[in-house]
Amino acid sequence: MGSKTKIWARAAGLITSCVFLIYGLHRGEAGVVLNKAVNICLECIGLG
Amino acid sequence: MKITYAIKRKLLQIIALGCSNEHLLNFKGGKIYTGKWKQFCNPGLNCYSCPAAGFACPIGALQAVNGSMQFSFSFYVTGLLLAFGLLLGRAVCGWLCPFGLLQELIHKIPSPKWHLKKGFLYVKYVVLVVFVLILPIAATDYMGMGKPAFCQYICPAGTLEGGLFLLAAHENLRNAIGALFGLKAAILILTLIGCVLVYRCFCRVLCPLGAIYGLFNKFSIFHLTVDSHKCVGCGKCKDVCQMEVDPVKTPDSAECIRCGACADACPTGAVCLGFSTKRGKSLA
Repeated sequence: MGSKTKIWARAAGLITSCVFLIYGLHRGEAGVVLNKAVNICLECIGLG
Repeated sequence: MKITYAIKRKLLQIIALGCSNEHLLNFKGGKIYTGKWKQFCNPGLNCYSCPAAGFACPIGALQAVNGSMQFSFSFYVTGLLLAFGLLLGRAVCGWLCPFGLLQELIHKIPSPKWHLKKGFLYVKYVVLVVFVLILPIAATDYMGMGKPAFCQYICPAGTLEGGLFLLAAHENLRNAIGALFGLKAAILILTLIGCVLVYRCFCRVLCPLGAIYGLFNKFSIFHLTVDSHKCVGCGKCKDVCQMEVDPVKTPDSAECIRCGACADACPTGAVCLGFSTKRGKSLA
């Protein structure tokens, strides 16, 4: 893969990641993450 | 004294471990941190049920949002993984992941050391697709909620970092131990034994986060280059690589965690690691 192609791929990827981040935060996904993370995850500790 | 990549990396790994698990006092009471910082994801694998964890696990978070009633795809976590992957690739594994550091320390236990058969490297992609991506969306309950299948059935980080400490502190949790805990404990024991025998066994065989970041190694801004004009073909870079990668043939290998051991070993300075966009011609 040429270096110019890689630069374009990186730029496109970073723009996509910013768009995804902003959209995801806007629709409240961080709240879902927070709600899961601040409670003991019974699945994670092996209690299902 | 030359500060090698090995020294820099170990220092950064310890700092990253401290930054991602700063609530050490929670071990005493068997509590977990419940503050607002947990809406942000750690770049590496670190269970959010670890008492000391200050951030969310990206794989846990991805499953939680994908399996939630409100959403079936997480733009937020996917965006974060895209950003981490494009910036660092699998350098996250080599420099920032707490569970990666733990595996490296365990590997120092004296024992026969084994090579990993190449076929095992593909298992983590199956784990990623089936347990992280498909099952939380497809296997839902009557309310439309999916379970974090990787966390529930496989993740040894959760069992070790969260399970053991929380179960030790709470009798009511110990009373709920069943067959699932037995399965997870068995996977944890096998993982720990595997890590003694094989360098970063979990990273290479099972880790879905490593699978994701490895895909970005071809594009990541932090990367490895081999200057073909300086390379004398001595093979020292390949000999020191504990991930069993040949940096000269495949500098962008999905298995390379950008540890820098090859760069430290190269006698001519042909192997470089960093953010610089100046690329040498690869021999591959």
